[in-house]
Amino acid sequence: MRLVAKLKSLQRDWVSWVPTLWLGVFFLIPFLVVLKISLSQATIAMPPYLPLFDWVESALEIRLDFGNYLFLIDDPLYGAAYLESVRIAFVSTVITLLIGYPMAYMIATAREPRRTLLLLLVILPFWTSFLLRVYAWIAILKTNGLLNGLLMSLGLISEPLVFLQTDLAVYIGIAYTYLPFMVLPLYASLSKLDRTLLEASEDLGATPWISFVTVTLPLTIPGVIAGSLLVFVPAIGEFVIPALLGGNDTLMIGKVLWNEFFANRDWPIASAVAIIMLFVIVGPLMWLNRINSKTEEATS
Amino acid sequence: MSSSPLLVKNWLDPEAKPFIEFRDVTKLFDGIPAVRDVNLSIYQNELFCLLGGSGSGKTTLLRMLAGFDSPTEGSVWIDGVDITQVPAYERPVNMMFQSYALFPHMTVFDNVAYGLKRDGLPKAQIAERVAELLELVRLSAYAKRKPDQLSGGQRQRVALARALAKRPKVLLLDEPLGALDKNLREDTQLELIKIQESLGMTFIVVTHDQEEAMTLATRIGVMDEGYLVQTDEPHTIYEYPNSTYVADFIGDINLFECVVTENDAGNLVLSAPQLETTIELDDPVVGAVNQTLWYAIRPEKMRLTRDPSTAVNALKGVVHEIAYLGDFSVYWIDLANGFRVRISRPNISRMDDFAEAWGEEVWITWDGSAGVVLSQ
Repeated sequence: MRLVAKLKSLQRDWVSWVPTLWLGVFFLIPFLVVLKISLSQATIAMPPYLPLFDWVESALEIRLDFGNYLFLIDDPLYGAAYLESVRIAFVSTVITLLIGYPMAYMIATAREPRRTLLLLLVILPFWTSFLLRVYAWIAILKTNGLLNGLLMSLGLISEPLVFLQTDLAVYIGIAYTYLPFMVLPLYASLSKLDRTLLEASEDLGATPWISFVTVTLPLTIPGVIAGSLLVFVPAIGEFVIPALLGGNDTLMIGKVLWNEFFANRDWPIASAVAIIMLFVIVGPLMWLNRINSKTEEATS
Repeated sequence: MSSSPLLVKNWLDPEAKPFIEFRDVTKLFDGIPAVRDVNLSIYQNELFCLLGGSGSGKTTLLRMLAGFDSPTEGSVWIDGVDITQVPAYERPVNMMFQSYALFPHMTVFDNVAYGLKRDGLPKAQIAERVAELLELVRLSAYAKRKPDQLSGGQRQRVALARALAKRPKVLLLDEPLGALDKNLREDTQLELIKIQESLGMTFIVVTHDQEEAMTLATRIGVMDEGYLVQTDEPHTIYEYPNSTYVADFIGDINLFECVVTENDAGNLVLSAPQLETTIELDDPVVGAVNQTLWYAIRPEKMRLTRDPSTAVNALKGVVHEIAYLGDFSVYWIDLANGFRVRISRPNISRMDDFAEAWGEEVWITWDGSAGVVLSQ
């Protein structure tokens, strides 16, 4: 009996070890490697940085070069790129939320089998290549593209508008690409919502709109936060969408990182950029997580 | 408490104006009827109970009054106004939900204040009214708690306070005591009656619990498969059910199938093969010769005896089983033809005469007026 219990507890430990091991191998170790590179000196060699640890005449020499970080602070380009990334990610997240919430609401209130069909339609774009879909947006947004053609044939505009290579195109691209990540958590929290609560508020004199504001919205805040994080966090580091849809002046940190890494071959600077980006993301993440656990506590 | 001296039995007065009316109401869900052709008048200050099994349509009827469902046919009236098309948020009724439906993200205070805020009352007035209601349901100390920090009974009282807050003309209660345990339920039943009487409000209660309906109601409406099968005072429902369904649903009853053998100017003679006897009825009952009727007697209206010489109706049988329930005992008696009769006896003495009468031959007796004749 005791042996069985021991085996069982071992099994339980094993189950909790798997994700820990996974995170250790695929997150913590690469993170430490990047951290190490960010603290070393660039050089023209293979790999293009000097080692952190060195044996010099039986003494261990550790050389930590904080110059990369100081350089990032010194050069206003990087600070501007971080701020711009956060701003673009924020605006895109708000747009995604404004489109995603009504969609999730509609799906959550639809009846089966319509509900499953609508959910499938949300996920469907994932089955085509991401790059292909972004290129498709170029065809839609370009000067003599589909959107301008439509607006002109409707007589709304007489001259084609410039969509491509603007921030607007980046917003559209991010909102379009990340919409499912917004819709799915919102759908989960909306479909969990007890409908009798809405009947109760209506019964007490709340119009459908007031019911939404006072009952539905506060009770689905966890979904709003989860969805927003799933859009906001990857959008900050987004590279492909601003590169393809944005203009030359669309300065996002993903693009800066790519330039440092591939064009300048300055791995230490690129690593420092990545490390700072991590902290830019972790900050709001922890803050939202705290709000989230608070509201979840209140609603469970 | 149908015996309350304060109660005016409006439903007996043909001149009285009904307060709530369902007129020819039918409700279909995807073509399947949930409520069929219901006509019902409820009067001011009534504590009306809709009683029925699950799927009988009682909750649908209540929801049509609240405005969550709209009738497929017919109309619903409150205080002389047709409210069939009025949205729920404009109706002068409030509902206490079976699940209580308390807003989990709001405190007890905010839950109770919710309806008052929608009316745009000034803050001070809301606070005053909420305090008054929390006092009524004895929860003043819990105003700042969230619903998940309350017990089931406390949540039930918050739900009641919230539903009462706007002083609705009618309060609807959907299985209000369903989730409470037995002792708490009995206390709460009496408390509900007290609140209803002191506020002079019309209550409509939906329940599947006949005991609850009997305790609470001024009148009971029994529903079955969407039909309102009988609407009467609890006493009438129990003593004079109008169908075998109602007779069987409310309390226990022995049903005997009979055939009319004689009809002498309304005085019928029934032949009841299951009773191996004929029954002569004192009360006039409508029935043609050869028509099948049911003769129904409540278990407590039959007696057990060893000497049937003075009885009007007497039958011999063998005691099959005895269930001692403390306050009374139930006896199952097998007649010679195999038909089983249920009899209940109050345990007036500590050791009843028949307490250990298993297998014994006994006589069942009953008075001429003990049974009712039912035609359906």
